[in-house]
Amino acid sequence: MEDGSRAFVSVADSGEWRAMKSVCWLFAAALVVFVGPALALVETYDFSDPELEVRYQNLTEELRCPKCQNQNIADSNAPIAQDLRRLLHQQLEEGDSDAEILDHMVARYGEFVRYRPSFGGVSIILWLAPALLLVAAFGVLLLTLRSKSRAATAGVASLSVEEQARLQSLLNKAEQDS
Amino acid sequence: MGPRLKLFLPLILFAMMAITLFRGLSLDPSEMPSALIDRPFPAFNLPRLGGPGLLSQADLEGQVSLLNVWATWCVACRVEHPYLKQLAQRGIPLFGINYKDNDADAQRWLDELGDPYRFNIADHEGTLGLDLGVYGAPETYLVDATGVIQYRHVGVVDEKVWKTVLEPLYQSLTVESGAQ
Repeated sequence: MEDGSRAFVSVADSGEWRAMKSVCWLFAAALVVFVGPALALVETYDFSDPELEVRYQNLTEELRCPKCQNQNIADSNAPIAQDLRRLLHQQLEEGDSDAEILDHMVARYGEFVRYRPSFGGVSIILWLAPALLLVAAFGVLLLTLRSKSRAATAGVASLSVEEQARLQSLLNKAEQDS
Repeated sequence: MGPRLKLFLPLILFAMMAITLFRGLSLDPSEMPSALIDRPFPAFNLPRLGGPGLLSQADLEGQVSLLNVWATWCVACRVEHPYLKQLAQRGIPLFGINYKDNDADAQRWLDELGDPYRFNIADHEGTLGLDLGVYGAPETYLVDATGVIQYRHVGVVDEKVWKTVLEPLYQSLTVESGAQ
């Protein structure tokens, strides 16, 4: 134990440790220099009401960037995403409701532009298909189970009186033999 | 369902899946139809590039036309430009939307490379682009004589696209508008 702690102290004093410390500082400096401008790429908007800002955040997360299809417009720095954010800010400041804004976007870019598609029209299949498939799967499961159990009970019941008697005599015989 | 048919069930399921997946191979997930198909061209009031006066959607009506969204910052636009000139020479009514560009650069481009457009709408802020649902230049819209959008092509228009997609549509629309 004592040896271990002494070993640690000696490493801390060594040049290696100092080199590592300066590398850490270099990383920190690089972070400040390189990440700073990247953060500045996303423009900021002033809102007359903090509530509008909350709605802006929610809508930028819900709206999909048409150009870079696996990102929402909050995460994308494509020019079209910037334009849509600017339009969104403008619409919010003009007092449009969320529904109006989404309708406006969908009229131009199609249902595609929403990550949470509306309930109705073509997209109704997206909402209902999982539930329908689940119900269908349970239906199939129930039918198979029922037909299996019916086959099992039918097998017992289908022995005729003679067969029952023969079975009994065979069993008796087996008992006597043992 | 007979027991023999039941034996073929896995094969049938496999075949259905194979067909669906094979179809998926040749689909382009980034391609999406315009939301404005069969809808009137959005209203606008924008300056004419290199000329006085304002243009509006009414200036596009009267003939079947192609509307090409382009910009000098768009590399693919330079690729399709020679083919657009060919189309213009054949008498296809071609109109330009100069999308989020500056007038001087656009004018220089037209002077140097040639101008296939009957006129150019200068959409500096991209407002018409937003109304059209443009998400990247170049895009080309086929608009009928009454100003209704019939088709949108995203990407470069070349011989293949024109021959297989745009020209058949263009011809049938021209025949239609002639009959009315």
